[in-house]
Amino acid sequence: MARLLPHPLLTPLLALVWLLLNNSFSTGHLLLGLLLGWLIPLFTLRFWPDAVKIGRPLTLMRFVGIFLLDVVVANFGVARLILGSPDRLRPAFVEVPLDLRTDLAISLLANTISLTPGTVSAWLSPDRRTLIVHGLDVDDPAELVATIKQRYETPLREVFE
Amino acid sequence: MILDTALGIAFVLVAAALGLNFWRLLRGPDIPDRIVALDTLYVNTVALLVLLGIHLGSALYFEAALLIALMGFVGTVALCKYLLRGDIIE
Amino acid sequence: MLDYLLAFLILLGAGFTFIGSLGLARLPDFYTRLHGPTKATTLGVGAMLVASAIHFSVGEGGPSLHELLVTLFLFITAPVSAHLLSKAGLHLRLRSRAPAPGKASGEQRD
Repeated sequence: MARLLPHPLLTPLLALVWLLLNNSFSTGHLLLGLLLGWLIPLFTLRFWPDAVKIGRPLTLMRFVGIFLLDVVVANFGVARLILGSPDRLRPAFVEVPLDLRTDLAISLLANTISLTPGTVSAWLSPDRRTLIVHGLDVDDPAELVATIKQRYETPLREVFE
Repeated sequence: MILDTALGIAFVLVAAALGLNFWRLLRGPDIPDRIVALDTLYVNTVALLVLLGIHLGSALYFEAALLIALMGFVGTVALCKYLLRGDIIE
Repeated sequence: MLDYLLAFLILLGAGFTFIGSLGLARLPDFYTRLHGPTKATTLGVGAMLVASAIHFSVGEGGPSLHELLVTLFLFITAPVSAHLLSKAGLHLRLRSRAPAPGKASGEQRD
């Protein structure tokens, strides 16, 4: 079973993408999408040998909710900073020590950081233990690190590790 | 009616955004600045195409928007890779 | 009623797109300029795409959700390109108003 269907989550996702691409929800396209969703993971297995496991779906959904809310709130904040005086900005690089170990969780955290409150993930150390983050207007670096760890890293860790 | 007014204002705003990106593309001062400007130009072109699609009531522009978004991302990644690696080989 | 919602979404999207590009044009150094396009522009284009999805779904021919695909794609790719760009910036040691992190430039030499 595991050899025939190496990525059980990727198959329905690819089928959904196929349906959206064709903008049609007919049975024929659904079957074709499922076929592609079955074949593509088989042929690209060497690229990602480990299947993704989602530990707690409820935590994941809450995380997605917080994330979407933060994206909208963060954008109003960034818009205010851009329209204000550039001299009042306090840009800073902040080092965030990572507790996450899997590649997927780290890249999700980095992407989340880039899309939310005035921060862009800038550099990941080769040993994957520190993420350097650039903040647009940093008041207190320690507080920023604590927020990132508590708000985004903890749920990601619960879900993917 | 109100939709047409909103579309008109939106066209002006997106065109102004494209102008600002173009200014940054020409001005630089560094290569990464120009790459950011190019990337933003791609994304704003997607916005312009989506608006045009709504204005003309045609879904055909969607394919063009999707392709520009894809190519823009690949182009940005390739340019960044070149910057990151070209220096190492020296 | 629906027209008002669409007009609101389109204006919101265009506003954010413009603000993102304004940030690109006027902020002082490379790293701060990166913030505008990654956040504001992505959300702006996202809002316009949602407006387009609603517009075509209500018209003839049933639901039209493929705009969501572009939105999703932009939300996945924007932070990736931002990360690569700032990595390139650190690698080239662009000057910035924030003190550069010693760790990054030190270790990247090899």
